[in-house]
Amino acid sequence: MTTNTFPALSLVPKADGPQTAKDFKSDQEVRWCPGCGDYAILSAVQSFLPDLGVARENIVFVSGIGCSSRFPYYLDTFGLHSIHGRAPAIATGLASSRPDLSVWVITGDGDALSIGGNHLIHALRRNVNLKILLFNNRIYGLTKGQYSPTSEQGKITKSTPEGSLDYSFNPVSLALGAEATFVARTIDSDRKHLTEVLTAAAAHEGTALIEIYQNCNIFNDGAWDPLKDSDTRDDAMMRLVHGQPIRFGKDMQFGVTRAADGHIEVVEVSSAGEGAIIRHDAHAKDPGLAFALSRLANPRTLQNTPIGVFRDVQRPSYDRLLREQVASVTEKKGKGDLQSLLNGNDTWNVS
Amino acid sequence: MTKQVVKLSRVVIRFAGDSGDGMQLTGDRFTSETAGLGNDLSTLPDFPAEIRAPAGTLPGVSAFQLHFADHHIMTPGDAPNVLVAMNPAALKANLKDLPRGADLIVNTDEFTKRNLEKVGYPANPIDDGSLDAYNVHAVALTSMTVEALKGYAVSKKDAERAKNMYALGLLCWLYNRPSQGTLDFLRSKFAKNPDIMNANIAAYEAGWSFGETTEAFSVQYEIAPASMPAGLYRNITGNPALSLGLIAASEISGLPLFLGSYPITPASDILHELSKHKNFGVMTFQAEDEIAGIGAALGAAYGGALAVTTTSGPGVALKSEAIGLAVSLELPLLIIDVQRGGPSTGLPTKTEQSDLLQAMFGRNGEAPVAIVAPQSPSDCFFAAIEAARIAVEYRTPVFILSDGSLANGSEPWLVPDAASLPTFEPNFATGPNHTADDGTEEFWPYLRDPETLARPWAIPGTKGLEHRIGGIEKADGIGTISYDADNHDKMVRLRQAKIDAIARTIPDITVDDPSGLARVLILGWGSTYGPISAACRLVRTAEGSVAQAHIRHLNPFPSNLGEILRAYDKVVVPEMNLGQLALLLRAKYLVDVISYNQVRGMPFKSDELAGVITDVLENL
Ligand code: SF4
Repeated sequence: MTTNTFPALSLVPKADGPQTAKDFKSDQEVRWCPGCGDYAILSAVQSFLPDLGVARENIVFVSGIGCSSRFPYYLDTFGLHSIHGRAPAIATGLASSRPDLSVWVITGDGDALSIGGNHLIHALRRNVNLKILLFNNRIYGLTKGQYSPTSEQGKITKSTPEGSLDYSFNPVSLALGAEATFVARTIDSDRKHLTEVLTAAAAHEGTALIEIYQNCNIFNDGAWDPLKDSDTRDDAMMRLVHGQPIRFGKDMQFGVTRAADGHIEVVEVSSAGEGAIIRHDAHAKDPGLAFALSRLANPRTLQNTPIGVFRDVQRPSYDRLLREQVASVTEKKGKGDLQSLLNGNDTWNVS
Repeated sequence: MTKQVVKLSRVVIRFAGDSGDGMQLTGDRFTSETAGLGNDLSTLPDFPAEIRAPAGTLPGVSAFQLHFADHHIMTPGDAPNVLVAMNPAALKANLKDLPRGADLIVNTDEFTKRNLEKVGYPANPIDDGSLDAYNVHAVALTSMTVEALKGYAVSKKDAERAKNMYALGLLCWLYNRPSQGTLDFLRSKFAKNPDIMNANIAAYEAGWSFGETTEAFSVQYEIAPASMPAGLYRNITGNPALSLGLIAASEISGLPLFLGSYPITPASDILHELSKHKNFGVMTFQAEDEIAGIGAALGAAYGGALAVTTTSGPGVALKSEAIGLAVSLELPLLIIDVQRGGPSTGLPTKTEQSDLLQAMFGRNGEAPVAIVAPQSPSDCFFAAIEAARIAVEYRTPVFILSDGSLANGSEPWLVPDAASLPTFEPNFATGPNHTADDGTEEFWPYLRDPETLARPWAIPGTKGLEHRIGGIEKADGIGTISYDADNHDKMVRLRQAKIDAIARTIPDITVDDPSGLARVLILGWGSTYGPISAACRLVRTAEGSVAQAHIRHLNPFPSNLGEILRAYDKVVVPEMNLGQLALLLRAKYLVDVISYNQVRGMPFKSDELAGVITDVLENL
């Protein structure tokens, strides 16, 4: 595969030759709990990275704090394990100043949505060329099991023995509200889908947010089971494909239509008629449909959960605009001359 | 009429008015013309934190003080010889600083019953005899400006607003300042609005002519140029000087300059200034908050930029965790703290030196950083280059502790020759630096330079140097995660030793003692240099022997500092805090220094310090 597949990586040097997943494995022993969903994501990413076709030394993974944030240690790329919540800010400085890098952020629901919420929303609206992988396990793992900002209300945890009181964030809705140009959701256990979404994100110029439903088998085991069990998943989960009617169910019996009052709803295709089913449009300028889709799922039962790319639209990335501004000012004023800068406009001579 | 011309050796003028009266601009223009004449000068703006506090009230008073002379001066002056008061509030707020016999120019138009009541004057002080101690010039500045602008295509309101230019014209006549620079300035400032431009120029010229013709001013003053080393000069304010220093450091080292910043008084002007110089490749990033400002800078540093974050005390508090990360990552990073009155929001527009201990210790764990403090507005330029050198050569965060008075104060500056500035090299890592037991070549991100103890700066994009680092403790050398007790002990000591090693590259502190007999040393840091020097000069003029030294490197200290401290019977340390440097000196050198403190939001007055020194001399 050549870098042409990934226009967003056109300034990143290509790999000398073919690479394999093995090239991206570091020599560090992986220290997640056995059975943690992070393993599947790591393995999928290691297999996916060779597809980018870019030089390994030009890939950087930046993370915050939390279980997921150990991720960079296990990849043989450049990696920066930073402080809680700040990875998007750090990655913004790196990606803005180094267009020759492919920059990835690894974060979790606590890291990105609690302590780092501010940096996340601002990275999204700025559209810096970085790809954010948000591992959502709806719990705090590394601090041993407190509820997180994506935990369902009423969650019983160590810090909420009587049930949590706060309402949860929906990361996709949040990202769309924060002017994100690329928002997707996928699942740790569905390697094929995960890889497809990563590929689409890598091709996107600007910030991409990928929410990955990840199982924490120690503190919140089975949080995503309705979307994973072969008995329930097909009826619970809809796969969004750009340009395709939004249908799902074991027999594709469900579909999404627009109701008379303008909101969207899940209906039986047999009763609504095929013609009434909305086609997914990830490229729509208006984020309305994407947002409406993000609201369909029941946060408790996970019924009607969409996965796939909600939104993928073009808007110049912050780092590109920054470079262009520097270039255009330099063209207009000429390359700066230090001595004339020091002199300024108002000098006098003492002899 | 021909007027008497009186020669003066020095003058301190204070322009005071409402925040909306344009006093800072008036002061800046007067300064610029004064600089051009070759006087030595020093300025001190003093403005409220509110952008426009209610008009005519005491909190809304904005002032600009300028000291200029025919000889070398060190401070903006203790007390004004001339006060220009644009309204009763300005008079009331500033009169206490005015010595008897000083000139007082008041704008009578604003001394209305209502305005007098606003500030609690029971009667008009211009007429009630309460100003008899001063040489009062009652001038109807507003109405004369409006009169002068009759026939100009501006509203009455705009005509009234030009009164600051009228006052400027009058003062420029009074002190024989040239006009060309101000006229050029007005032409370019209002280029898009010719009516306003013409009105301001006319107001300026009317003020000048008024001085020439009125009998209210019988004397015109002249202040001869100061004798200064030959060369090309400009006037410079601290924040722009710091910005130029950063650009110079970027050019010298070949590292692109990246600023991550969140606006905060009094540091924002560095962000403003740097954002004007994109043709030097400067990248300025206005972040969503203080943490993102330093975060982005740290990211850029990781990528090989000369990375800077600018802030003031409250911002440093927010950045602390990220500074700790930079200490752990051992990456070059400049943290510029333009100190202001604290704690909390404190006094945003006033000056203070109370962040020294925050810079020194304000982080979790043992997290040493280097600290450099400029001593005058123009010195901010050289301090920035020196801090950048340390950051890059030692792969460490470095604090620059400026403050509000340096940031906004100005002085003439002998423009340096760009080619003669000190240089330093980034020396990025380019390949493996370690051979494994089996003979393979590896890269160890924490293998240190034996001389500096600095680790390699291995930036992404360098083949073969892929590595992972973070805020978790790293194994010495190889840099992988390590929770080993002995290793942690070693790493903590190594990080400290690296900062200590910087002392080998910083110059010894020098003592100024013209008599060679002094038994008392006055030791300061930062912006107190001017007032301390002026105070020592006063003491020496009165035949007192006193030595002066000023610390530029606050961490590590210069190697000879202990020896210097012990060479004197008494050491006096004046600081605009409650004794933060004094605490460090006592702790490190076991010398019982005398701490002299003031936290009034304003620089020390040299008279006051001279008194303190004299007391110590008398009690030896
Ligand atoms: S605590 Fe949960 S998220 Fe963390 S490593 Fe263990 S299983 Fe994974």
